[in-house]
Amino acid sequence: MKLIQSLLLGVAAACAIGAAPAMSQQFIPILSYRIGPYAAGGSGYFGGAIDYFNLVNATGGINGVKLTWEECETEYNAARGVECYERLKKKNGGASTVEPLSTGIAYGLIDRVAQDKIPMTTFGYGLGASADGNVFRWVFPLGTTYWDQVAAMVAYLEQKEGGAAKLKGKKIAYLYHDSAYGKEPIGTLDALAAKDGFEALKIPITPPGTTQESVWLQVRQQKPDYVILWGFGVMNPVALKTAAKVGYPREKIIGVWWAGSEEDVIPAGSAAKGYVSAAFSAPGTSFPVMQDIKTKVYGAGNGNLEDKSRIGSIYHTRGVVYGILITEAIRNAQAKYGKGKVMTPEQVRWGLEHINLTDARIKELGATGMFPPVKTSCADHEGSGMVKFQVWDGSAFKPVTGFIAGDRALVRKLVEEAATKYAAEKKITPVDCSKEM
Amino acid sequence: MLYREAGQFKSTYLADSAIFPLRQDRIAMAVLLAIAFIVVPLTATPYLFSAILIPTLILALAAIGLNILTGYAGQLSLGSAAFMAVGAFASFNFILRVPGIPILVAFVGGGLCAAAIGIVFGLPSLRIRGFYLAVATLAAQFFIIWFLTKVGWVTNYNSSGVITAQPIVVFGYRFDAPAPKYLLVLSIVALMALAAKNMTRGNLGRKWMAIRDMDVAAEVIGIPQMKTKLLAFAVSSFYCGVAGALFAYAYLGTVEPEAYNLDLSFRILFMVIIGGAGTILGSFLGSAFIVLTPIVLNVTVGWLDASGLHVPASAGSNLEVIVFGVLIIFFLIVEPLGIARLWSIGKEKLRLWPFPH
Repeated sequence: MKLIQSLLLGVAAACAIGAAPAMSQQFIPILSYRIGPYAAGGSGYFGGAIDYFNLVNATGGINGVKLTWEECETEYNAARGVECYERLKKKNGGASTVEPLSTGIAYGLIDRVAQDKIPMTTFGYGLGASADGNVFRWVFPLGTTYWDQVAAMVAYLEQKEGGAAKLKGKKIAYLYHDSAYGKEPIGTLDALAAKDGFEALKIPITPPGTTQESVWLQVRQQKPDYVILWGFGVMNPVALKTAAKVGYPREKIIGVWWAGSEEDVIPAGSAAKGYVSAAFSAPGTSFPVMQDIKTKVYGAGNGNLEDKSRIGSIYHTRGVVYGILITEAIRNAQAKYGKGKVMTPEQVRWGLEHINLTDARIKELGATGMFPPVKTSCADHEGSGMVKFQVWDGSAFKPVTGFIAGDRALVRKLVEEAATKYAAEKKITPVDCSKEM
Repeated sequence: MLYREAGQFKSTYLADSAIFPLRQDRIAMAVLLAIAFIVVPLTATPYLFSAILIPTLILALAAIGLNILTGYAGQLSLGSAAFMAVGAFASFNFILRVPGIPILVAFVGGGLCAAAIGIVFGLPSLRIRGFYLAVATLAAQFFIIWFLTKVGWVTNYNSSGVITAQPIVVFGYRFDAPAPKYLLVLSIVALMALAAKNMTRGNLGRKWMAIRDMDVAAEVIGIPQMKTKLLAFAVSSFYCGVAGALFAYAYLGTVEPEAYNLDLSFRILFMVIIGGAGTILGSFLGSAFIVLTPIVLNVTVGWLDASGLHVPASAGSNLEVIVFGVLIIFFLIVEPLGIARLWSIGKEKLRLWPFPH
């Protein structure tokens, strides 16, 4: 009896010791993908996020609260991602927030996060309509949705042409990955075309897009003034190479952010020179925060990337920016609900709704120029909509603009229409953000 | 010992041709059903329901569908995921466009649409077989996904090209918690598995097997080839269609056509091959193997990492795939006829134990 008692006590004590540190830590599940066709993106992005979390922990946490995380491999597969989410959501005191970096997984989680009351971020992708916080209470397409991105592209072209009126009568070809992802911005593009009087020529490319001769033949026949390339993966270098073959100037091709990483242009070799792509975070290691990561995280041997040359690459910095946004949201929540405490998912959701990263605040964080100011609200879960354009000079991406936004009022109108339709289909009663503080 | 059937006499043909002629099997099945319907809902965690049990059951249903076509009727298909997509998108449209339609009727409707499309893509099976037929069903896979992406009407002109499953309401009861959803899925799967088992044991199943073993000989003994093959396609696609609708409604919620890609078709085919072609039990075992093994491996790697043995995340992910691949090859070498065959060998041994010949 004594023995059993002491054993039980021992186990209980061990549990208490094991559980105690977890109680004062903010848990973030990491649904990463480090194998499969999209591994380059997943390992860089989640590597960046973990590097930033490590940096936060190395510098004292968020008001003393350390971040903790656990990884789960999703292989970019919706079913695996859902399993990972379900496995991690209750662990270590509960998940604060979740980021799947996969449209398919995000779709599978939309209903679940609303039911479990865990906020989900879809940083730079996801359902366009989810920017409307009235309907999508628990989804945060932070930064920019695809809709705002295409609007910013049109704004960039207007800037290039010298005014909105100059785009009238022009022809813009929209070459897209023939999938839900590629179709997402078409509604916005059509609305913009109607407003600005340009012609939008929509040409689908069948995934994976390894041969595009017929597509570019069409481009040559139609002679569009610009080409928007909404590609993914191998489609992008092939598009640039084929464009070179048919003699379409690469300077007139503008790529989406999924077509704007080193991995997209280097395989195209010299054919990629002059190509412009969108980005909502800037790469490089010159930012103070990246320097800190290099010295304090990699210097201490805690770096997540095995290939050190990828520090500061597009995907890696994007992950760091995600880390910054999440920690800022938790910090906001702590400012309201108690500094130095572990926040519940509901409180983190409040924090995500009240992100206000001004230029001054971004400077404090040592990330000036890395990402645009972000200000979210109850109704606006996106917060920025700004995109930067960068040109590939053959060895690196060089910025050609600052962060610019498109016609956000028009996009917002479309977002609200789509969100209302979603609410009607799902029989959701939207909250009234004007009454909420 | 366990399987001593001494004293179990059958006095009618009906008793002799029952699904479970042995009393032990009947008891085991009753216990299994009782566990699945009563014990599991009372004890399992939401994680078990919504991440393990529901997907395993749904994919087992799809595997039964493919098993009917490939395992019983011998027609190789690589389009199962596409037929699942038809079921899901058709159910969505039934609920959306037919006011007041009960959701279960919509699921059946989705299954019937899938069956109709299955018949169309089954037509080439009358002229070609084997690998050539696989290529024809591959065309179904690509065409259907392309069609669902292309035609705005099927997604109700959703700008993202996705469908969002409406809430499941049956007789006024809303299935939104994991446990009721599991019970609903389990009931549908159990009923359909029973129907499949009986179909394959009866006249129809024998016709399918005759076609599978040698279609010319089957025709000579008076089995109409066209009708039987197309029926196999229809029934198989119906099962896949219902599974697809459940996959969208009871599992994922919001679905893009890409969720039903070729990869899923292959996974279902692997379930049939590893579980055991031509057995209903094999569909369940195969589904459990394909769904659970990667998860178990992932958790194991996590444990190894936590217990001090530092495993870098990328190495862990790769290790998982390597072990999974090795396991598949191991099973296929040890028992090419699938896990279900291992089970029936074990059962034979038990019947003789402890006094083998």
